[in-house]
Amino acid sequence: MSFISYLINGISLGSVYAIIALGYTMVYGIAKMLNFAHGDVIMVGAFAVFTIVSTLGMPIRLGIIVSILICTVLGVVIERVAYKPLRNAASPLAVLITAIGVSYLLQNVALLIFGANAKSFTSVVSWSGIKLADGQLNISGVTIVTILACIVIMIALTLFINKTKAGQAMLAVSEDKGAAQLMGINVNGTIALTFAIGSALAAIAGVLLCSAYPSLTPYTGSMPGIKAFVAAVLGGIGSIPGAMIGGILLGVIEIFGKAYISSQMADAIVFAVLIVVLLVKPTGILGKNIQEKV
Amino acid sequence: MKMKELNKTTKSNLITYALVIITYIIVQIILESGHMSSLMEGLLVPLCTYVILAVSLNLTVGILGELSLGHAGFMCVGAFSSAFFSKCTAELLPSGLRFFLAILIGAAVAALFGMLVGIPVLRLKGDYLAIVTLAFGEIIKNLVNVLYIGIDENGMHFSTKDSISLGLQPGGKTIINGAQGISGTPNDSTFTIGIILVLITLFIVLNLVHSRDGRAIMAIRDNRIAAESVGINITKYKLMAFTISAALAGVAGVLYAHNLSTLTALPKNFGYNMSITILVFVVLGGIGNIRGSVIAAVVLTLLPELLRELNDYRMLIYAIVLIAMMLFNSSPKAIAFREKYSLKKLFAKKSAKEGK
Amino acid sequence: MALLEVQNLSISFGGLRAVDNFNIQIEKGQLYGLIGPNGAGKTTVFNLLTGVYKPTEGIITLDGENITGKKTIDINKAGIARTFQNIRLFKELSVLDNVKVGLHNNYHYGTISGILRLPSYSKTEKIMDEKAMELLKVFDLDKEASTLAANLPYGKQRKLEIARALATNPKLLLLDEPAAGMNPNETLELMETIHFVRDHFNMTILLIEHDMKLVSGICEELTVLNFGKVLTHGKTSDVLNDPQVITAYLGE
Repeated sequence: MSFISYLINGISLGSVYAIIALGYTMVYGIAKMLNFAHGDVIMVGAFAVFTIVSTLGMPIRLGIIVSILICTVLGVVIERVAYKPLRNAASPLAVLITAIGVSYLLQNVALLIFGANAKSFTSVVSWSGIKLADGQLNISGVTIVTILACIVIMIALTLFINKTKAGQAMLAVSEDKGAAQLMGINVNGTIALTFAIGSALAAIAGVLLCSAYPSLTPYTGSMPGIKAFVAAVLGGIGSIPGAMIGGILLGVIEIFGKAYISSQMADAIVFAVLIVVLLVKPTGILGKNIQEKV
Repeated sequence: MKMKELNKTTKSNLITYALVIITYIIVQIILESGHMSSLMEGLLVPLCTYVILAVSLNLTVGILGELSLGHAGFMCVGAFSSAFFSKCTAELLPSGLRFFLAILIGAAVAALFGMLVGIPVLRLKGDYLAIVTLAFGEIIKNLVNVLYIGIDENGMHFSTKDSISLGLQPGGKTIINGAQGISGTPNDSTFTIGIILVLITLFIVLNLVHSRDGRAIMAIRDNRIAAESVGINITKYKLMAFTISAALAGVAGVLYAHNLSTLTALPKNFGYNMSITILVFVVLGGIGNIRGSVIAAVVLTLLPELLRELNDYRMLIYAIVLIAMMLFNSSPKAIAFREKYSLKKLFAKKSAKEGK
Repeated sequence: MALLEVQNLSISFGGLRAVDNFNIQIEKGQLYGLIGPNGAGKTTVFNLLTGVYKPTEGIITLDGENITGKKTIDINKAGIARTFQNIRLFKELSVLDNVKVGLHNNYHYGTISGILRLPSYSKTEKIMDEKAMELLKVFDLDKEASTLAANLPYGKQRKLEIARALATNPKLLLLDEPAAGMNPNETLELMETIHFVRDHFNMTILLIEHDMKLVSGICEELTVLNFGKVLTHGKTSDVLNDPQVITAYLGE
């Protein structure tokens, strides 16, 4: 029974990783950059809900909506101010280093506002969950909501990309920026939209993550962010189903690692998985090969 | 023409060495006259550590052109391996020889790890390399925290659970005690040794850069495909730069470990944060600019300490510095703007646009 | 025996045969041209010859040595050097150092000698400097020796690429559109330089070019590539007057 319970917890944690990984993978596919600050947008989203709900005492639903709005705007602003000027920089390191800078900026601004002490986050899911197998298997409400949210997001995003004009524009830009521009696609707008969607998803991920693990600090987003990137790489960066598969796989590996090997080593195991994947199949499970043009 | 250029690099290198030596002399004078606060005195060895870290990371980031986010991991390896050695041999060897050997061991073990990590990792590019080095750094930190090593009359015992499972005989002692790390490492690090190590680091890096191997490394940075086309062995030179960089980070770790009574692997000293702090030094000093790394490491370490009220804002300032520097230095628009309005350019003849 | 002999060289990307059954024979000392419309697969042939791509089929023989499927660096050591259509210089290195990177495999001293500045370092570096300056003089770049490669004007960047390729001491030099982006005067000067390189270094040269004035001016023989296949080959004047070739360029 504990095996199934671990598995479900793993899928739930993996669903959060998957939602975060979607943001990474979309941005990577379109802007060809690793948005290091993505994990910290999660933290901003969680703090927004915390402030609105716990500090200001407003309804949870309002908190979630405002949080999503804040993160969306934040994502677009970050792109415009910090990344866009470097889009054509000579060195590929430039935008990566800047993204690290933005990540640190967000963490430290949060540190100044909220302090380093962990805040206890009130779960946004009040449902206590279901009991199965005569109460031996207990699945919490947050776990179920997280998995459902992930599925809904996944379907919505796939429909958006395949059925809408904006979604098709995204595909075109990720394929060839120059050609997309020539075809009359607003490249800057499309990139901004991608950051907006990615950041909105980060806000949702932040709320779900903190509902399941209620301790909130300025560094809350950092490690899940990096792990979600690992998930995106694992699934094949640039691929939306890949982010989903990678995220869930990673969540399961982490929970099993914690349960059956060593709780202190869980992070090391996750990272070891990344290294092995990159060595065996550098493009990830669903990634495609890109050859450099000579 | 050539002589002039040679003199220019030699001169530039000599200025760097002179800067370090003059700083050392000034500090010694202040120390002798008793005007140095204990706070500042305590910062002297860490400063040397940071300078070595920054210079060695610049070899990877600036000269090789790859972003490593696991530099603190190599420092960690150097620190723990050397502290382990020093603690084991504390009563056996005279302190001078012991520290000398500790430095060699720290460098060698870090170099070995650099090579082990480098062989698979250097095949990857840019973002992937950054994330894998980060992962590596975290793995090292994690492993050290669950590592227990003890010695008794039967030899060495290892465990990854706790010190009791080492099963030591009475009289045996635990050397590495998991998350509690190593305590009682002899405090062999001094400012003078630190400065000597800084000078050696500079000597190695600067001379490497201006040699046949250094040219090959920079050629790979500037254009990998062209470098391959003229017969440069990409793997060999990438690995060389990465390994030397790791070895020097290991040396910094030795200096760091022998300046503390208790050595533990925390996120603060050997984690991702530390790797980023070193990266900030490199970026502020100028990517590829070795002297810049030295100055930036000193200034960015001293400034928050001197302006106490700024200490809370330290990482925030680092973050802003990082973003501003990159935007100012690498944005094509900013570069065009600077070129348009730079005095040098106004007098020099206009050079044609570079080929794409 | 021919210096370069290529038999049935083919490569497929996915289902597309980018180069199909390509044959060429170049004698030592020849100035040979590879022409064809855009997208005919000319640069792909260069990438196959230099090991950037591995051929699906075919054999490449250089000076009697089978170099098919070897790595780029080993092919360079075997004696093929090249330039690139989109210039690939070491931009942050000086002009002199660009050439010295080309000399890398011809002059050796150890890493330790380099770091410790042992006598072998100074001795070898001095020889390398002299060799590099000699080459730069040929291309009239000696006055810019300490300039950063990125700051050179376009025409000189193309010349520097040739100098760097020659520094590796090749048997065969591949030039990918050396006159691209040059004005007529520069092209004329380049033609002289290529001639000079051939005579002075006794070099064999295979070049891709669109500028027909340059092609007819210096190439002795031509191979025409169209849709990845050899359309025809032979003496320059014959090939250029071949109606098939004219059709390929101008379309039906």
